[in-house]
Amino acid sequence: MLTLNNVEKRLQGRTIIKPLTAELPKGQWTVVLGRSGSGKSTLLRLLNRLIEPDAGDIYWDGTAIATLDPIQLRRRIGYVIQQFGLFPHQTVFDNIATVPQLLRWTRADIATRVRELLEIFELPFEVYAHRYPHELSGGQQQRVGVARALAARPPLLLMDEPFGALDPVIRRQAQLQLKAIQRQLNTTVVMVTHDLEEAFLCADHILVLSEGQLIHASDPLTLLKASTHPEVQLLLGSHQRAFKILSLLKASDVLVPGEPPAHHTATAVLSSENNGADLLAELITKPKASVRIRRPDGAVLGHVTLDGLLARLRNTH
Amino acid sequence: MRTTPHTRLRALAPSLGRALAWALFLSLVVAPEWYRPVWERLNDDHVDPLYHADSILHLTAAHLGLSVVATLIAAVLSVTMAVVVTRPALSGNRQVAETLIRLAQAVPPVVVLALVIPTLGFGTLPTIAALGLYGLLPIFERTVAGLEGISEAVMESARGMGMSAWQILWRIELPLARRAIVEGVRLSLTVSIGTATLGSTVAAKSLGELILAGLLSNNNAYLVQGALISGLMAMLVYDLIRTVEQHWSASGR
Repeated sequence: MLTLNNVEKRLQGRTIIKPLTAELPKGQWTVVLGRSGSGKSTLLRLLNRLIEPDAGDIYWDGTAIATLDPIQLRRRIGYVIQQFGLFPHQTVFDNIATVPQLLRWTRADIATRVRELLEIFELPFEVYAHRYPHELSGGQQQRVGVARALAARPPLLLMDEPFGALDPVIRRQAQLQLKAIQRQLNTTVVMVTHDLEEAFLCADHILVLSEGQLIHASDPLTLLKASTHPEVQLLLGSHQRAFKILSLLKASDVLVPGEPPAHHTATAVLSSENNGADLLAELITKPKASVRIRRPDGAVLGHVTLDGLLARLRNTH
Repeated sequence: MRTTPHTRLRALAPSLGRALAWALFLSLVVAPEWYRPVWERLNDDHVDPLYHADSILHLTAAHLGLSVVATLIAAVLSVTMAVVVTRPALSGNRQVAETLIRLAQAVPPVVVLALVIPTLGFGTLPTIAALGLYGLLPIFERTVAGLEGISEAVMESARGMGMSAWQILWRIELPLARRAIVEGVRLSLTVSIGTATLGSTVAAKSLGELILAGLLSNNNAYLVQGALISGLMAMLVYDLIRTVEQHWSASGR
């Protein structure tokens, strides 16, 4: 867990980060959301000590990071930036091997790890390991950048707009892929973005920054339901809110246990992993129908009706 | 595209020209007597066109040696200075370094020779000093440009991954500035080969000896041989470094 205690950063007389206290949960994906100039990148760079706070302390699992050697600290923290920053004179292999080499892993261990990462990121070793960055597409460069950050199995990964340079189609794919990898590895992630879609797709926990001030910190659904701060309203866009809530509701949150009412036709069967938007799409044209919800293993959990879904939505709003 | 004899010839022309230039250069240096009939036409009757006070091979080697040593010293000095002035903490020295190096460039080598003779004496040392000073600027400027041309993203991620300042310098900055540095060295060495003839005015061994002897004794053959060989050498070295660098780049990146 990362704990920030009254952390403050000034630059040339201007306050970039106003005294900020927050906890970033371990093993979760925290998104720092804010418009440009909100101080979100500064916050990220405080965490790996690329810059130092003017006041306050940052603790990582109870240790004040100010007491650690910054070079050693950074080798334990993955770092991805928007422009990837791949080393143009080194092959994909050498790029990914950077931190393991700094940590003096053996050659064999490094080779095994690079092979493993290229496999995870769907870049066949034989094809890509010996290419140079300029021989890769933007999406491939991005994946190499993330693979490089994960090379030494850091428990913490910091990312500054890591998907910002990708085109929309590849971006969504890359987000989903990385989210899946993060779940699997249980890495603690802190990601900075101004993209709302991206924030809600990836986040387990969201911090909202505005002009250097932390104005909200919670899980995404709570943010949508509860925050009345004008900046949050502005960021969310009020008419988008219902759709966002819908996409965050899991079928398992909405269902009524048992079989649908007798006069309803059961039109479809969806999994408990489907979200509110999937349910609405299925039910919207069929007011007298229900959707049966099954667990992934096949057991029927219950059903959802259009009225039930709408009532639930009204309650959370 | 279909290869016609014409395009094939055009592709061959540079290497053909290069081979001819090397052949001419080497034969002029090793076997000056081959060209006796040509040289005799340049001179009055009974004036021997071949230089006997020293072998031309020796003068050429000494000439190249002066230029190479001076350029190496200039390279070490100016790359070091370029690295120093591009460190954020030391960037205050930048103006001073740039002014000094521009000054070194602005003073003609002949004047440098005259100025250093009282301390360094005659011969090789003052020549190397003059050539070295004259060679600083091209290398310094290109190295600074090369180092500053590295993208901020590359530097940021190098720092963010936990590379020390030294590791960033040796593994990232200098390799990425290599092409610019080599370009500076190439220019500097070429200029140095052209200028090294001046060294013979202070009794350093170089092809300048041939040119001076030609001027003093009205021997056009000496003059032309000295000028032709040093000119060819400058061209060939310029071309050679570029070829080597391109080869290097192609295999590395």
